[in-house]
Amino acid sequence: MSDTHAQTVAFVRDTMLPEQPPPASEAGVIKWMRENLFKGWFNSLLTIVSLYFIYKIVSGAYPWFANGIWTTSSLAECREMLGGMTGACFSVLTERWNQLLFGFQYPSDAYWRPTLAFFGLILALVPVLYPKAARQLLIVTGLYPFVAYWLIWGGTLLIPLMVLAGLIAGYFAFKQFERQSFAMGLLAGAVATIVVIWAGGIIPASMPDVLALEAVQSRNLGGFMLNMILGTVCVSLSLPFGILLALGRQSSMPIIKWICVIFIEFIRGVPLITLLFVANVVLAYFFPPGSNIDLVLRVIIMITMFASAYIAEVIRGGLAALPRGQYEAADSLGLDYAQAMRLIILPQALKISIPGIVNVAVGLFKDTTLVSVISMFDLVGMIRGPILASTEWNGVYWELWGFAVFVFFIVCFSISKYSQWLERQLATDHR
Amino acid sequence: MSTITDPPAGSFRLSMLINDTRYRSYTFQFIALVLLIVAFAYLGLNLIANLQAAGLNISYQFLGEPAGYDINQTLIPYTSQSTHWQASLVGVLNTLLVALLGCLMATVIGVFVGVMRLSNNWLVRQLMSIYVEIFRNVPVLIWILIIMAIFIAVLPQPRDFRGEDAEASMVLGAFAFTGRGFYSPAPIFGPGSGVVVAVFLASIAGIFAFRNYAKKALYDRGQLIPTLWPSIAIFFIPVILAYFVMGRPITLDYPSLQGFNFQGGIFMRNSLIALWFALSIYTAAFIAENVRAGILAVSKGQTEAAASLGLRPRRIMNLVVLPQALRVIIPPLISQYLNLTKNSSLAIAVGYMDLTGTLGGITLNQTGRAIEAIFLLMLFYLAISLAISAIMNVYNNAVRLKER
Repeated sequence: MSDTHAQTVAFVRDTMLPEQPPPASEAGVIKWMRENLFKGWFNSLLTIVSLYFIYKIVSGAYPWFANGIWTTSSLAECREMLGGMTGACFSVLTERWNQLLFGFQYPSDAYWRPTLAFFGLILALVPVLYPKAARQLLIVTGLYPFVAYWLIWGGTLLIPLMVLAGLIAGYFAFKQFERQSFAMGLLAGAVATIVVIWAGGIIPASMPDVLALEAVQSRNLGGFMLNMILGTVCVSLSLPFGILLALGRQSSMPIIKWICVIFIEFIRGVPLITLLFVANVVLAYFFPPGSNIDLVLRVIIMITMFASAYIAEVIRGGLAALPRGQYEAADSLGLDYAQAMRLIILPQALKISIPGIVNVAVGLFKDTTLVSVISMFDLVGMIRGPILASTEWNGVYWELWGFAVFVFFIVCFSISKYSQWLERQLATDHR
Repeated sequence: MSTITDPPAGSFRLSMLINDTRYRSYTFQFIALVLLIVAFAYLGLNLIANLQAAGLNISYQFLGEPAGYDINQTLIPYTSQSTHWQASLVGVLNTLLVALLGCLMATVIGVFVGVMRLSNNWLVRQLMSIYVEIFRNVPVLIWILIIMAIFIAVLPQPRDFRGEDAEASMVLGAFAFTGRGFYSPAPIFGPGSGVVVAVFLASIAGIFAFRNYAKKALYDRGQLIPTLWPSIAIFFIPVILAYFVMGRPITLDYPSLQGFNFQGGIFMRNSLIALWFALSIYTAAFIAENVRAGILAVSKGQTEAAASLGLRPRRIMNLVVLPQALRVIIPPLISQYLNLTKNSSLAIAVGYMDLTGTLGGITLNQTGRAIEAIFLLMLFYLAISLAISAIMNVYNNAVRLKER
């Protein structure tokens, strides 16, 4: 059978044909363009409209950037150099660079201090942001707030050192009494901190010149530095408060629960600007008569309250998203409330909440520009006030606003990209 | 069980307040309450002492006094002789006006961008994500000020419209875009125009009735009645007929250049437009993300199941995808509306007279009643946000998956 068949067939191919390349329209760039840019008439129309739009923007913006002038000292000179051509006067940025960064009242021979504090911030953030970084760096993070305070506000180093000593004493007291109960430990820690700071307060008062930098008043802070300070301080402070508020809202004790609910809903219901008005004109009435709390501190208090309410809601979401079994498992291990929260619940709940917390942090950082409304000179305040109102630079809108957009975009965009990265790093679920 | 673990009654010791879980929560709550009362008492005493030292008191008398300042954009009659209370009302209405306009425009842009981000056109997708990222990551205050800068620096002043060879001209002879704001024709309702308006309202009701009828016909008899063209016909034809039958009672009042400014027509001040546009494009970036997430949340199987039942693409979108996507989209959308309303308080940065500008701005500065004014201001925003969350709860309950 088989060989008869072999004889009737005239030709049998005994090798495979070589693979042909796909048709030109079905491969590489052309295929991609056909599928993604010119699939049907409507799609092609969209592409053409978008291309035209991009062309308009680029052709408008390119000469403006390319002819940009970086070296003049006033708008009139800049216009003269351009001689009627389209072009940007970026010289406003170079000439007012220090004002944009530090405000117009910060002593100019001390610019190195906030600059150093800024680079210190990066160093201090490394162990917090990268879980794999060396743990020893956390010491830098712990010391950073005290050094940064000293660098930015000046005065003697002994004041932040005293506060640090108080906190260390509080920590040891807490460790000592924690074995009895967590609440006891907290109480002992707080008492020890206050006692040490209060008692040790005599030392810096008696020696105001030890390791002293030139003191800078809070009202002299300004520029982008002020945005950074407000953003960093308020986010860091609002995290612990937010956690406490979230736990309080989840609590089974009705009074504590309702205190937290009312606080959170009240703060979330009003715009930040009314809270800043409170900081500006009302808050002083609630301090003891004669006390003189400066505006930056009052603003920090209000923004921290604002941010903690939002962070509390985010963390509450994380707490609610944890499976009930985690709470029951912690109980069945015999852990008390503080242990269960610290060891089982919060680490997981905080991990779930990271994207939300980062959203709040980005939103808060953007909202720090609102302080310009209560006449503080942050980046926006500097641009609106001293720079645009000056005779040299009256009318340089696009360069300045473009700079502000650029700075905020860089910071906020990188924070959100970081949070997406961290989310992937921490993903341990088994989906 | 409980008889074993319960200690015998009557053996209460003081240490049980801390160590016994049954009493401990009372102890903690009691401590919290005492601390709260102490804190409030401390703040209250400070307040009283400070007010006495400054010779002030808490009183709302100032609301009845003449305000003495002018407001350049009002929806209700207002003069500088009106009271602070009326000035606040003007502010409330202006807040609501910009919030309403902003929500509408933000929704339109946001839905458009959100849908376009899912387009199968690569270029459009990229452009839309650039839009979203840029507007989300820059403070809204900067956007408001940038749009205001466009008015100040780019748009022509009304005087540029003057003369034979004017530097600027009106669009279609009816709209003028100037640095002071936008002018557009205003309708004038002559005698008999009530009939036209009534016919217009009736035809809108008619559209709904017709759609209900079509739905009923579909569900009861399986009869498919086209709705789009009849709806359009019902919308336009009766109104146009009534308009001509009544002898064209509604005319347009065109803005015209008188001296150095435009007169007549509807005038929208530059501060309102700047605030409105900035809030809209900023919030739209967030809404776009919500819309995209909502559409992506509907699983592909739903679309495929609908297609296998023989539904056409438009019906799949209307009957299957959208109802499920809306369940995901609406709650964050409403909270974006709330954010927009709260952000509208930034009006003060461009001088738009919303509630923050009148009650929290000029009234506060003139009367010095900081505590009272800011308290009322907060109360207003709080009321709005509580009302919106109430609406949201009702909605959430209505669309919740009915599980059994």
